[in-house]
Amino acid sequence: MTAPMLKIEGLRASYGAIEALKGVDVEIHEGEIVTLIGANGAGKSTLLMSMCGKPKPSAGRVIFEGRDITGMTTHHIMRLGIAQSPEGRRIFPRMTVLENLRMGAVVTDPAHFDQDLERAFTMFPRLKERQNQRGGTLSGGEQQMLAIARALMSRPRLLLLDEPSLGLAPIIVRQIFQVIREINAEQGMTVFLVEQNAFHALKLAHRAYVLAGGKVQMSGTSAELLGNEEVRAAYLEGGH
Amino acid sequence: MAVANSVVAPAAPLPPVLAALKDAVLVALVAMALTGPIVGLQTVDAGGRLTVDMRFTEVALGIVIVFFGRFGLALGERGLALPAYGVGALLMVAGFLLPWPAELLKVLAVAAGIALVVRGIAGQLKERRTQAVLRAPDEEDAKAERLRRLVTRGLGFAMLAAAVLLPMMPFANSYIMDTAIRVMTYMMLAWGLNIVVGLAGLLDLGYVAFYAVGAYTYSILSKDFGFGFWGALPIAGALAASFGILLGFPVLRLRGDYLAIVTLGFGEIIRIVLLNWTSFSGGPNGIGSIPRLTFFGYPFARRAPEGEVTFHQLFGLDFSPLHRAVFFFYLILVLALVVNFFTIRIRRLPVGRAWEALREDEIACRALGINPTNTKLTAFAIGAMFAGFAGSFFATTQSFVSPESFTFLESAMILAIVVLGGMGSQLGVALAAILIIGLTEAFRGLAEYRMLVFGLGMVMIMVWRPRGLLAHRDPTVLLHGRKSVLKKGAAA
Repeated sequence: MTAPMLKIEGLRASYGAIEALKGVDVEIHEGEIVTLIGANGAGKSTLLMSMCGKPKPSAGRVIFEGRDITGMTTHHIMRLGIAQSPEGRRIFPRMTVLENLRMGAVVTDPAHFDQDLERAFTMFPRLKERQNQRGGTLSGGEQQMLAIARALMSRPRLLLLDEPSLGLAPIIVRQIFQVIREINAEQGMTVFLVEQNAFHALKLAHRAYVLAGGKVQMSGTSAELLGNEEVRAAYLEGGH
Repeated sequence: MAVANSVVAPAAPLPPVLAALKDAVLVALVAMALTGPIVGLQTVDAGGRLTVDMRFTEVALGIVIVFFGRFGLALGERGLALPAYGVGALLMVAGFLLPWPAELLKVLAVAAGIALVVRGIAGQLKERRTQAVLRAPDEEDAKAERLRRLVTRGLGFAMLAAAVLLPMMPFANSYIMDTAIRVMTYMMLAWGLNIVVGLAGLLDLGYVAFYAVGAYTYSILSKDFGFGFWGALPIAGALAASFGILLGFPVLRLRGDYLAIVTLGFGEIIRIVLLNWTSFSGGPNGIGSIPRLTFFGYPFARRAPEGEVTFHQLFGLDFSPLHRAVFFFYLILVLALVVNFFTIRIRRLPVGRAWEALREDEIACRALGINPTNTKLTAFAIGAMFAGFAGSFFATTQSFVSPESFTFLESAMILAIVVLGGMGSQLGVALAAILIIGLTEAFRGLAEYRMLVFGLGMVMIMVWRPRGLLAHRDPTVLLHGRKSVLKKGAAA
């Protein structure tokens, strides 16, 4: 097997005295969709943010494409071929859709902006309709689409998605996940998806990690985890 | 107000004018009850004995003002905007023309009139806007955007034309020119601060420090080292910018209030250093007889110094002290426009857009690979540089600088212009500069009430336009000529 695209080894991180990550190991291979599921406060978002430099890992290593990126500053890491759709979307509310997309492309060559824009609009026709509208006036689903499209504008090789389903209606969540599937299948984009919506995430991903109390509790292919009694009981209750 | 409305409306089926009249009469009665004893009875010391004097005229006039003021308000509330304007205008005219027995009554009448008119306009605009929002699908939105752009641009060019023509007007005496120079200086400073506060969203309460650095740099360079204005200008700008970086580097990791406090402190430190470092800055005496700016080597003077030609000789004009003022005015106009065009341009470049993005969401910026520290530093340095330019100009026009000119009040004034104008809006800032500096000047006749009017104006604007005069933010990119796409999208 080839070396993983992203390798997280024994990562630890804390907020002050509280240790949120207690030695996490994750591997992501090129072309995969890997999901990280877990309950509120399990440390999912912390893991994502910590591998991006903030909070700084207190121990462990993060290796991206053979390069040690542990403890680099966030803006530096984001120029190496990793892009992020942060938790809560964080689009720029007073800027238009088009300006938001431009902000996503600041780290790349402006020469292929038009081409990338065209691709983003093909993926999300809704954004094309709303291109001159201010980000803050979009619906939640549209804002999430914008956040993903904005992340993709930097032509990343690894896309990090933090809770894209947060606060969205089930039908919108399905749409968003469908787009993620297409991005992966058609462009070969490697995706690391942090989700609380375990059922949808497991349906979408190839492999999955279950995080609890700052540690990886379980990992395996999505099919395995979907069939696992413990996972079903802990994360899939509520009948899907 | 809404409460009053809902109470009055069902209870009184009167026609609106009568209802308003009734309302006004009631309020006038209350005013009478209150002012009668308070204002109407005055104790007078008549040769050791206290007697009570009646002041019927003042009371009566006060009640009349209250009556009309309330009448106008009540009319406005009942949707009769035009009559409300009329009452407001009447009050204003009456305030200016009638021989009032007390100055305060006059001020009250004028202020009430202005308040009525402003309120009416604000109310109508608001109504129109809500209507526009209610029926604004995407396409009309785009149309409105374009129209707004056109109006903004038209107004901008009209103001520019007015500024260019101002010195040629027959009424342009030296007082008008001096005021115009003051307005333009503040406009330039506010445009500079707008980069820091409006675009990058960094609250800087010590902006005047960079203005001081520029002014003192020019003073010392020109007096002690024989530099000309144009030679000193870039050095003053560069020095102010490096002070900006010096301050910014340790400070920019702070946020919001903390940043504001530190910049406030920095502004004071610069002023206090200038005040106490006597050997360098002349201390509280300042630096005097700074060489005045010449017209590219030709001085503005009645008689030429040895071997020099003066400006009026060069052009064969009669000497007039106005020449210098006009030249200074055009110079500051050009300097301010440089700042303006620079800002308009840079907003469309990656750095400028990053400033605005940073103001919106710093975490998102970091997630997109933007270095927040460097981005903030450039904003700080560029803003400081423009203040340095303005400072040089100030020093050469005044020919005297002292720490007095660089107090916190100046920072506050510049910040007030930026906030009032609508943070980030170039045109709004220009309007606010004219309004704030121009109005404080215009109300000079009111002496001690001047600051009262100023404060009242600020409060009113903050109540009605809490995000500034022109809060609208122009997008930096718009795709034109893709209407077909829009239509297709809308049809699908």
